[in-house]
Amino acid sequence: MRTGRRRRDPLGVRAFGTVLARDLRLARRQGGDAGLAVLFFILGTVLVPLGIGPEGALLSRIGAGLLWVMALLAALLSLDRLFQSDWEDGSLDLIVLSPLPLSMTVLAKVTAHWLVTGLPMTLVSPVLAVLLNIPPDQIGLVALTLLLGTPTLSLIGSVGAALTVGARRGGVLLTLLILPLYIPVLIFGAGSVDAAVAGPGAKSHLLMMTAMLLAALPLCPWAAAAALRHALD
Amino acid sequence: MHRFANPSRFLRLSAAILPWSTAACVCLLVVGLYFALVASPPDYQQSETVRIMYVHVPAAWMAMGTYAFLALASATGLIWKHPLADLTAKAAAPIGASFTFIALATGALWGQPTWGTWWVWDARLTSVLILLFLYLGYMALWNAFDDETRAARAAAILALVGIVNLPIIKFSVEWWNTLHQPASVLRIGGPTIDPSMLLPLLLMAGAFLFYFVTILLLRIRLELAGRKLRTVQFNRARASLRGTT
Repeated sequence: MRTGRRRRDPLGVRAFGTVLARDLRLARRQGGDAGLAVLFFILGTVLVPLGIGPEGALLSRIGAGLLWVMALLAALLSLDRLFQSDWEDGSLDLIVLSPLPLSMTVLAKVTAHWLVTGLPMTLVSPVLAVLLNIPPDQIGLVALTLLLGTPTLSLIGSVGAALTVGARRGGVLLTLLILPLYIPVLIFGAGSVDAAVAGPGAKSHLLMMTAMLLAALPLCPWAAAAALRHALD
Repeated sequence: MHRFANPSRFLRLSAAILPWSTAACVCLLVVGLYFALVASPPDYQQSETVRIMYVHVPAAWMAMGTYAFLALASATGLIWKHPLADLTAKAAAPIGASFTFIALATGALWGQPTWGTWWVWDARLTSVLILLFLYLGYMALWNAFDDETRAARAAAILALVGIVNLPIIKFSVEWWNTLHQPASVLRIGGPTIDPSMLLPLLLMAGAFLFYFVTILLLRIRLELAGRKLRTVQFNRARASLRGTT
């Protein structure tokens, strides 16, 4: 039975797709989480010009960094539910038992998290960039850095989410654990726009962000899977 | 490895080491402070403020060294399920956090007269600040679980993830153009620092190292004593319960 299933799905593509589809369906049906992150991203960004004043020069100067900080915080919002809700209703125990390697399951869940938070944030960022008076030639760059950076945020976040499964006040703790690790992504993400304005060009920053994404892609699901196994022991 | 997993053997061994490490710490501190504050020359540029270095640099070294030690102990605990290694990592964290805080605070005090500012957002300073947050997160994670083994495993994984920060701290002054000066002691091609300043620096570093060893052993013993106390209380409570029914 088990070997038969293996033969039909040798690389676990279908199992991966099933976990991904399940998480996306949960995000859609339960509403809330997915839309909330994007809404937070938009509202948080809109609040800042109201707070510091609508001066165009100032906003265009801090705009890219502001979008990045907001993206960081919005990515954190739904992260504590990544494994916690599955752990609470017991489905995590069953997911761990499936023939799909746990790190691949984590990767599927991270992909789902990115599709409902990082990707929509990247898509609305050009509109917010216009609101923040960011020069038109930099809007594409801001969106590109978010496209490269937000998957890294979801990946790093999965480690924190796995570590805090079953913890007291997991959400607050998760923020404390993950934000320090987010700092390099923030520095290069926001810094690339400054580098493009100042002259040396954003290429090295973009390469660095790609490198971080490629390093996080195999390492973070692996670490998160190890943490999840210990959580279920 | 598992020879030292036995708590009673550890207690015996640590009791034998403690007086020596305490004595070494006190001796090195007295001699080191004499050299640092009295016998070493003032800097030709910074004059007397250079003496902050004799606390700042050893504290920064120990902040990083303690984290490496903590990660090593965490890996030992994770791989060999070594309970004493988990306790060692737990006991090391607050000491490392204190060293990090001292390095940041003395750095700010030193930065004010020499750079003209308490703080700059430069790569070295920022990465050390991240180190402090990693220590705090590690300690918070230990306290977040009721089950001690679960807490130990989670904290160990966090410690291993956070180790990516160590090379960033070490090489931040070379990779980025920072206000913080590059390495002048642990560098390829030998130290560029004058021997009259290197001697007190190394003495103070030794004092800090033995301070770490002493406090670490004391904290692990305290942790073991706390566990013993809990077991005794638990047994007593159970015995009294059995008496009533």
